[in-house]
Amino acid sequence: MPNSPSDTPRRITVQRQGPLLVEGPVEIELEDGSTVASDRFRVALCTCRRSRRFPWCDTSHRARR
Amino acid sequence: MRETFRGTRHPMHTDREEPSLPSPRGPLSAAVRDHLRGTGPLPRPEATASVPAWGDDLQLALYQCYELHYRGFAGVDPELEWDPGLLRFRAALEERFLAALRAGTRVHDTVEDAVADLLVEPVDGTGVSHFLRDKGELWHLREYAAQRSLYHLKEADPHAWVLPRLWGRAKAGMAAVEFDEYGGGRADRVHARLFADLMTDLGLDTTYGRYLDAASAETLATVNMMSLFGLHRSLRGALVGHFAAVEITSSPGSRRLAEAMRRTGAGPAAEHFYDEHVEADAVHEQVVRHEVIGGLLEEEPHLAPDVVFGIDATGHVEDLLAARLLTEWRAGRSSLRAPLEEDAVRESAAHTS
Repeated sequence: MPNSPSDTPRRITVQRQGPLLVEGPVEIELEDGSTVASDRFRVALCTCRRSRRFPWCDTSHRARR
Repeated sequence: MRETFRGTRHPMHTDREEPSLPSPRGPLSAAVRDHLRGTGPLPRPEATASVPAWGDDLQLALYQCYELHYRGFAGVDPELEWDPGLLRFRAALEERFLAALRAGTRVHDTVEDAVADLLVEPVDGTGVSHFLRDKGELWHLREYAAQRSLYHLKEADPHAWVLPRLWGRAKAGMAAVEFDEYGGGRADRVHARLFADLMTDLGLDTTYGRYLDAASAETLATVNMMSLFGLHRSLRGALVGHFAAVEITSSPGSRRLAEAMRRTGAGPAAEHFYDEHVEADAVHEQVVRHEVIGGLLEEEPHLAPDVVFGIDATGHVEDLLAARLLTEWRAGRSSLRAPLEEDAVRESAAHTS
């Protein structure tokens, strides 16, 4: 179906600093083959690898001082 | 003489199921209570000048006025929400409060500066969440939850009022975040519901308004500020700034509170409430910064100083609350005006053993 919502490209927002923002719902496959899912309207995926809730961003990328 | 629309309604119509009116804390809050019960006149607006803006009496008087817009009070005519005399008195209370907020708040020069400061995590933080993570005992966590229940049982409600005042990207972003706050369409995931579950884990009474009498003036001020910003279209920039400040600071703070809940064995729902906020607010922060603030200032760039004020005023009221809680707790005293019920303490102890 050319106009069905599932054919709409999923938007991913990239930033120089900070998480990848992906329109939900998403299912993420991790390195060990396990999967995690979220049906939030948007998810923030950790790119700094410091998150304690990886693959989800927990704001650990923030500067500290 | 009340100028309400009573003539067209049942003459004795009152809310019966809603929370009880709180105990007054001085002449202004007593007068508002009497007016709501229909047993007394309101003082002249000038009377609001006679009490401290941050004190219990003025804050509770204002809280009662605002609560009519949320759930009302048992035995109070819901039409009093639009009672001109009460609105006139409320305006005088708001004027005092807003002036005190503006006088007490150190504001940044630009939105960028204000946001940038929030995005830096202090290495040696000294806030309430740091105290609770490092030293919090179950009784501290119970008091904190009782204080915060005034907001969290109406979580996201004051912010929903801004939606009709926004459009375009700001409206879409704000509505998306609010949808998430309201559980994404699922009642069991509404954040206010998750907080009620946390309260149950902590042996607290989840009845809406149950801890109003126990809450500090500083807690009332945090909620009054949201209601003030939410109910006035002229303060929509401040509401957006306030919401951004909450969402940006929530994720790291929630992580510390989740750790406090885990360390004290508060219970799975208590942990879940804050774990959910770590994840959700890492997303909300991005949407609020880029879509809501960005979209609002694209449409209405003249609101930038209001956004800054909303961000910095939030920091100010939270600092005042933190100072109150930490002063009492460090002295080994309760932060509440009324002690928490003993039965619930025993239940809570049983739960965690």
